[in-house]
Amino acid sequence: MPNSKSAYSFSNKKEKFDTHIIVVWVDNETGVLARVVGLFSGRGYNIESLAVAQVDEKLKISRITIVTTGTPQVVNQIKLQLRKLVPVHKVADFKREDKAVIFKEMALFKIVGPNNKLNGALKACKKYNPVLLDKTKKSNVIQITALRREIDKMSKDLKKFGLVSVSRTGAVAMTRGADIFK
Amino acid sequence: MSKLYSGAEIVFKCMEDQNVDHIFGYPGGAVLPIYDELQNFKSIKHVLVRHEQGAGHAAEGYARSSGKPGVILVTSGPGATNVVTALTDAYMDSIPLVCISGQVPTHLIGTDAFQECDTTGITRPCTKHNWLVKDINDLASTIHKAFEVATTGRPGPVLVDIPKDIQFQKTKYNRPKKEKKLNGKSHNHFNQNSIDELIELMSKSSKPIFYTGGGVINSGPKASELLRELVYATGFPITSTLQGLGSFPGDDNQFLGMLGMHGTYEANNAMHDCDLMINIGARFDDRITGKIDEFSPKSKKVHIDIDPSSINKNVKVDLAIVGDVKTVLSSTLKSLKQKKSKFLKSNKQKTSKWWEKIQKWRSVRSLDYIGSEETIKPQYAIERLYELTKDKDSYITTEVGQHQMWAAQHYKFNKPNRWMTSGGLGTMGYGLPAAVGVQVAHPKKLVIDIAGEASVLMTIQEMSTAVQYNLPIKIFILNNQYMGMVRQWQELLHDKNYSESYTAALPDFVKLAEAYNCVGIRAKTPEELDDKIIEMLNTDRPVIFDCMVDKVENCFPMIPSGKPHNQMILGPKDQESKKITGKGKSLV
Repeated sequence: MPNSKSAYSFSNKKEKFDTHIIVVWVDNETGVLARVVGLFSGRGYNIESLAVAQVDEKLKISRITIVTTGTPQVVNQIKLQLRKLVPVHKVADFKREDKAVIFKEMALFKIVGPNNKLNGALKACKKYNPVLLDKTKKSNVIQITALRREIDKMSKDLKKFGLVSVSRTGAVAMTRGADIFK
Repeated sequence: MSKLYSGAEIVFKCMEDQNVDHIFGYPGGAVLPIYDELQNFKSIKHVLVRHEQGAGHAAEGYARSSGKPGVILVTSGPGATNVVTALTDAYMDSIPLVCISGQVPTHLIGTDAFQECDTTGITRPCTKHNWLVKDINDLASTIHKAFEVATTGRPGPVLVDIPKDIQFQKTKYNRPKKEKKLNGKSHNHFNQNSIDELIELMSKSSKPIFYTGGGVINSGPKASELLRELVYATGFPITSTLQGLGSFPGDDNQFLGMLGMHGTYEANNAMHDCDLMINIGARFDDRITGKIDEFSPKSKKVHIDIDPSSINKNVKVDLAIVGDVKTVLSSTLKSLKQKKSKFLKSNKQKTSKWWEKIQKWRSVRSLDYIGSEETIKPQYAIERLYELTKDKDSYITTEVGQHQMWAAQHYKFNKPNRWMTSGGLGTMGYGLPAAVGVQVAHPKKLVIDIAGEASVLMTIQEMSTAVQYNLPIKIFILNNQYMGMVRQWQELLHDKNYSESYTAALPDFVKLAEAYNCVGIRAKTPEELDDKIIEMLNTDRPVIFDCMVDKVENCFPMIPSGKPHNQMILGPKDQESKKITGKGKSLV
């Protein structure tokens, strides 16, 4: 198809995308997650993962952690647009390579197979604080907490030990040291 | 024990406390309890429209011309979905609206009940915020908060969805509390340093320009006054977006006309060549900037805006001042007077070359057109309309298309809140109901909808509203039988393939006017135009004016697709004498 001539301007610049972890503190009210997620889809921003739960029962505050990618300009827009939402209290933005921030995801792996495979799987997870949550003669459920790319790798590596099911959370984040994000 | 009020009563109690005098609405099953209470609140007048979209646009016209929020009342389901276009329009153009919608009773929500729809879900992306009220005790505080959200910061539409059972339930009524800023969101985030920096930039600049937008209007009439003061105190040239027209006198010598896709040659070239651009309450919209990579390449850019997310969204700026236009301008003027009391004098020398250049661009006379003695040129029609109405304090609304651009180019506005047009969303069918709303807010004033025959048919049913309430609006149709702007793009950019842009079966607008029990007037020749316009102005009833204009006239100047400001296509005169060559020609 020939290029349309009637579009007003074309963007042909390819800019570098960075991965950012955006943390949003919101009033835990009906529809608040839809507002946040709708903002992302409506404006064409990416969501790689999403984790949300109420963190303050008294004040009814939920903390939403979103992993997103975008150019610096887009990430800046994401923050500014989020701050405009009425139920949003504050927005934090961390770069994935930021050393002052801890990022963790949790994953559950179900392994089905003979004993030696089950043990092999558990051993392979050793680096990531494995917890054996369920064990039968034929199966294991292993929980690990790790970085996203580590879980990506484990999801691949465990296939040879009889991995049949993976369930994982989105990333959550917290600053190191005594300071908290204001 | 204090008195108990039903939810329906509370809706009106809230409106009373918010000083609402008019609401635009349409009844239906899920709002009947509210309509039942209407008669008990004499200070609130209801305007019955013929379609909920009309209610929305009327409320927009009311809000824009009065500076107060527009209030809409609609039923659930189709009532709510019909108002979505108007809400989106208001969202794009930052117009404060409060929409109250009925909803099916709480116990039926989610059951696909009759006239049920997920109203808050549907309107979430086109409102600043919305609420579904599930507890009668939250109703009053929610409505008051709705008014606050709609009117503070960058204004916009909000919606409150009220299930029918909540309208019947009873509770105590609480008057609005003076609430603190929403989640600590205050609107002025600038300090004196930014103002000093701005003044520094202004005093260094030899090629400055003010680029102003709807934010000046939204900040209130005081902001327009301050803008005038600042522009006169600096001697800088000023251009305005479509939405900003009227904040600075359109016939002033410092005003370069509108900028953007159909802006003047001088405004766009000045934007391109300036060394300092001061954006006041505009948002670098794509119809303004043209090709973004080549947008005003040599200028320092200052952006004054109340909405932090507008800063650096489309164009990176050198100095951002986040705040209310009125407050920023007043600080700037104060500092300017203190620090550079002789600014105008010292600056005159510096910008004299710049003004010479601007005069040269001006001498191109980019709004000129080839006149005719046989057919009415649409530009001529607007010029005559302007000349014959400029002594009255008239209010102009428009639909969307060529007529809208011609109106913006040829009608000169001297006051804010006199120009109501759908810019961001570009909603055909906006102007007629908006005129209804304007006339409701200003019963004694002259209100004209400059319309196209295609646009106006989208909401023509509101003529019936105008007749019912004796609103003497004038619908001035530039009738060329085409969707003119569509036809123009097809001519210039799609090899004259006029696909579906001709309306082969138009109504007879004069007979249509008679059918609505208002007045129809038709003008066919330039000769009779003035008399017919005067006849229209002398008619104290709603008028549909069918102005038969040249069918194939195009709207120039124009920045063609993907081009920067300094590569405009000028009108036919210029094309003959200059012969646009190269890429420009392939586009013509």
